Order: sequence, then C-alpha cells, then structure tokens
Amino acid sequence: MQLTRRDLLIMGSVGMATAALGVTPALASLTDDEIAKITGGAEVGAGDLSVTAPEIAENGNTVPIEISAPGATMVAVFADGNPTPNVVTFKFGPLNPTHAASTRIRLAKTQNVVAIAQMEDGSFQKASANVKVTIGGCGG
Amino acid sequence: MISRRDFLQVGMAASALVGASGFGNWARLAAQQALTQDQLLEFQTYGNVSLIHITDIHAQLKPIYFREPSVNIGVGGNKGAVPHITGADFRKAYGIADGSPSHYALSAGDFSSLAKGYGRVGGLDRVATVINAIRADRPDAILLDGGDTWHGSYTCYHTQGQDMVNVMNALKPDAMTFHWEFTLGSDRVNEIVENLPFAALGQNIFDAEWDEPAELFPPYTFFERGGAKIAVIGQAFPYMPIANPGWMFPEYSFGIRDEHMQMMVDEVKAQGADCVVVLSHNGFDVDKKMATVVKGIDVILSGHTHDALPEPVVSGSTIIVPSGSNGKFVSRVDLDVRDGKMMGYRHKLIPIFSDVITPDPEVAKLIAEQRAPYETAMSEVIGQTDSLLYRRGNFNGSWDDLICDALISERDAEIAMSPGVRWGPSLIPGQDITREDIWNVTSMTYGEAYRSEMTGEFLKVILEDVADNIFNPDPYYQQGGDMVRTGGLGYRIDISKPQGERISNMTLLKTGEAIDPGKSYVVAGWASVNEGTEGPKIWDVVENHIRKQGTVTVQDNNSVDVVGV
Repeated sequence: MQLTRRDLLIMGSVGMATAALGVTPALASLTDDEIAKITGGAEVGAGDLSVTAPEIAENGNTVPIEISAPGATMVAVFADGNPTPNVVTFKFGPLNPTHAASTRIRLAKTQNVVAIAQMEDGSFQKASANVKVTIGGCGG
Repeated sequence: MISRRDFLQVGMAASALVGASGFGNWARLAAQQALTQDQLLEFQTYGNVSLIHITDIHAQLKPIYFREPSVNIGVGGNKGAVPHITGADFRKAYGIADGSPSHYALSAGDFSSLAKGYGRVGGLDRVATVINAIRADRPDAILLDGGDTWHGSYTCYHTQGQDMVNVMNALKPDAMTFHWEFTLGSDRVNEIVENLPFAALGQNIFDAEWDEPAELFPPYTFFERGGAKIAVIGQAFPYMPIANPGWMFPEYSFGIRDEHMQMMVDEVKAQGADCVVVLSHNGFDVDKKMATVVKGIDVILSGHTHDALPEPVVSGSTIIVPSGSNGKFVSRVDLDVRDGKMMGYRHKLIPIFSDVITPDPEVAKLIAEQRAPYETAMSEVIGQTDSLLYRRGNFNGSWDDLICDALISERDAEIAMSPGVRWGPSLIPGQDITREDIWNVTSMTYGEAYRSEMTGEFLKVILEDVADNIFNPDPYYQQGGDMVRTGGLGYRIDISKPQGERISNMTLLKTGEAIDPGKSYVVAGWASVNEGTEGPKIWDVVENHIRKQGTVTVQDNNSVDVVGV
C-alpha cells in the first residue's frame, strides 16, 4: 500500500464530487435562488462585467478569482457547485478607480463561478467562468 | 497580409521535404541515394528575419527511432482537423507518397520496414549541423527552444539536466520556455535558469503566493533583426502543477492566462514590436484557440503535443508552427517584416535523418563527454524485442503494454496503469533493448511504482477524469497527454459524451468479469503526482521483467473499445 491514507482521502473526495454530479441542479438552483433575492426577479443582462479564473484549478482549496465590473456599485460572487454557494459581496463607492477585486475561494468540484453586478443605474449584469477541479497526473 | 504567392512557396518547401523517393525504396542504400543533406536543407532565403524552432527534445542527445501516432482523435471544432488525422489520411491530405521519406518522418504505417530503410532520426549533433547551415544563410537567425529539454534520459536524470544544458548551450539558443524542466524541482530549475546565457521566458509563470509574474521568468524579450524589432513571448505548459507533481515546485503557478497574454502582446506592440512571436508549450489545439482569442500574434511556435506538420496552420492572421519532438525535426521560418507588419513567411519542417545529415564534430564530442561516465551502465543489453515498441497513440502503445505487463507480473497486481505521456523513442523488431532504451521511456524524478488497492468505482473516476483531459471539446481544458494506459483492464470509451458518461463495460481481463464498483482491486502503477508515493523505480521493474522474458513479444492490444469518434 504505497498511497497514503491522505492521498486516498483526497482522491476519494474528488471521487465523491464526481459521483455527486447528479445533485448539481439542486445546488445550481440554490445559486439561482440567491440571485433572485438580489435582483428581485429583474432582468439580468451581460456587459463589461467579467470573471477571471483558471480553466483548471491548480488546487481546488485555493482558487484565485478576479472580477472586473466597470460602472458597478455591487458585485456578488457565487460558486454554484459548493454546498453553500455564497462566496463574497464587493461594494464599490463612486471614487473607486478600478471597480475590480480579487480573492481566493474554495471549490468542492468542477463548477461555475458566477458574478452578479448591480450597476449605477440599478440594472443587473451577470458573468461566469467554469473552473474544473481534477485529479490530474498524466501530462505529456 | 499573407499572399497567395507565399502559400505556394510554403507548398514548394513542403514538396522539397517530400524528396524524390518513390514507394518501395526501402533499402538503406536507396534511402541514402534518394535523399541528401543539401535536399533537406534546401531553402530559398526569404524576407529579413529567420526563426529556428526546436521543441520537446526530451533529452534525446543521440539518434533514435520515433513512430508517430496512428490514433490521434480530435474533438469539438478540431474533429478531423490536423494534427488529428493520421497514417494514410495524413499522407493524402499533404500529398505525401507512400514509402517516401516524409511518410516515414511524419506518419505511422509500415514503420518497421521504413525504419530499416531510412534509419534513425534526430541527434543533437545533426541538429547542430542544420542550425549552423541556417546561420550560414542568415547569421542572426533566432533559435528558440520550446521546452521539455531537460528531461527524459538516463544521463539527464543522473546529471539533473546538466547534460542537456551543456549541449544546448553549445547550440546557442536565444530563448526557451518550459514544462518537464520543473520536475527537476524548483531549487534545481532556479539554479540552472539563474546561469542560463539566454532568456528563460514564460508570461504565464507566476509566483504562487502573490499571483504575480515570477521574476526569474520574464514574459518576453526583443530581438532587432534585419531592421525590424521582433518580440518573443514565452508561454510555459499551463497545467504543470496538475499534470505533474506540483509539490516539486510549490512556489510557482501557471495557467493559460490568455488575458495576461493579450496584455503582453499589447505591451510589446506599444514598445515598437514589428512582429510578435509566441514560443509556446500550450499544445497544438490550445495554441489554435489562443490564436483566435488573443489578437496580434503573428507566429506561434507550438510545442507540447509533439505534433509535426509539413505546413503551418493559419488561424486568422496567425501562423502556427508545430515542430515535433525528440530531436526529430527543426523548423525554419523566414519572415518578411516591414512597416510594422509581418508581410509574408516561408517555412520548412526539416526532418533530421541521422544517416543523411553529417554530425557537427564539436557537438558530437560534447555529447560523447556527457555520456562517457554512464556509457557502460547505459549500454548493457537487458533483452531483445520481436515487436515494434512505440508509445504514441491516444489509448495504448506497445511500450506501455510492456510496462503494464511488467507492473502486473513484478508487482503481483490485477490491474496496471501507466501514464499517457507522449515522449519516449521507439524500438524496431530485432533490436536489443538496452538499459538506456528502458530509461528513455520511463525516466522521471517521480518514477516510483506504487502498489495499491482501488475500488472499481474509483478506477472509473480515474478513467473519466483523464479522458476529459483529452476529449473535452474545449481545448483550454485539455492537458495535452494521452489516455492513461491500462493493463489487465478493458473498457469502452465514447469520446462524444461528457465527463462521467464516457467510460463503460469495464472488464477485468484476467477473468472476463465486469468490474464491480464496490470491490477493491490490486493496482500497480507509476508516476503518481502525490507526494510520498513509495515503491521501486519503474525502470527497475521494467528491467527485471524484460530480463526474465529474454526476448519480448507484445500482442496487439484490443482491450479499449473506442466509440463516438
């Protein structure tokens, strides 16, 4: 037995994550519910809002993400495959020069990082990035 | 921007590469008569700038055999597109005659007979001759090394890459980017890079803690050539900490980072670049997508997926030039750069036929010096092979079948797994198998052969996970290797399905029984990315197995049923 118990646990947890694919819609709808609370059902469009995240996470426990939201007063970020999708809410004052923010988040498995921005005129924008969490190990 | 005339010239270069040999000229004498060094090097110098590209050498200092894949399936938008056509289809697409030098160099099929006729390929002393000849035409040609240079042989392992550093330095590259180099560990990589007499580039090599560009690896460098300013931006392999053991280089983070690439392209143009070249270890399909996402790249010199194409692939106004692997090819790309633009190009993929190209004596001497301390150990004959031993292919290669057999018998396992790497030369039937040959297909800094128990369910998770690294329709999610090879385990794969639904009919070949998700199986494998993996070194496992066999025969492998192509 050369793989350590820890390795197997790590690999096992990924396995569980994959096996749990069937419940994704439920978690995704949690995110939809949270978004509906923010927007009050108002129409959500696309615009300059962007989410930058790695295509494949180097470490699912600490994934760097960045949002850029020109003209936004608030951006809420969700991880739609995490048991608790709410990640963070950023508020930008009128004097903020960049309307950008970055942080690191934990992702339980392959999923979307979703951002909802409320703009200065009260309208909403949405953007997302798909981040894959993988066991890796076979690069050429 | 690129004229029809230039396309024709490219076509001419490609047909020059094809040479004059016809079908059936398989005897070595015929091959040598049909092909000369002058023919291989023939090139009408063009424009005002020359690029020389070599990539994925995998520490192959000496000439070797290298069989290209017969199975290389493209998915999504790359279905049926080069490099995802092989064998006769590939030859037809490029007008390559059966049995010709280009057939042998660029495609699978009749490999063993053609190898006997045309001989070995590569050898950095021959590469030196080609580089010197190009420099005789264009003294300030820019030599760019795409990485995977300091990995893959007995001497490279024992010198921690120093043999390759010494020989490459003699070729005088102008810049380099990276992948397997990092598996030497970050301390060793830092030590070598700090003393490199050329630029170590990687716009996507970041400090993991601060998520900022790593100071040791600048994103780009400039060359003033023929009155033009050429920017070369480096792009290291994006998925190093995922595909290889991240614990060996925890200070570094990678990723595709195409937004940052766009920033770098804009930055070099603002600084007056007339032409933007990306020296890439992305892999071909990732490069092709990047050319559509990032605006303003003129040339991508493409590495990692080991593809060799006789013509560049044009994506928008970007040309993508993949240059093969294992020292088998050198690309020459001449550019006409004027008025702040790339106006045209002429390209030739030069196959390094080792019996045709005269070795450069100085580099040959230098290579002999690197090898001398290890020559006795390396040249020991362990056995012989009756079969063609090769690695490339999406699902299996005969070398990997042999390695899996070794793991099952030497480690007393029911199932074996071998990583889907694309490096490792071939051996043709009748050849001796030396210790060096075994190391050429197994050498790495994490070569421990583990023995473990895995449930049927977990085995499926592994197969699904690796399959998605190859067959995800979005190239940005592909890591550029092949499917993990399995011994003792058969399965069906539907590559058109999403992750989790591709693998079915998993069978324990020993008994013919279906794999039970809840049951544990004894699995032997190697190249785990997990820290603390224990076991004997894979090259010792394989050596012991071959020694017992004496002469190795590998049966055709039909254990993977591929559907959905």
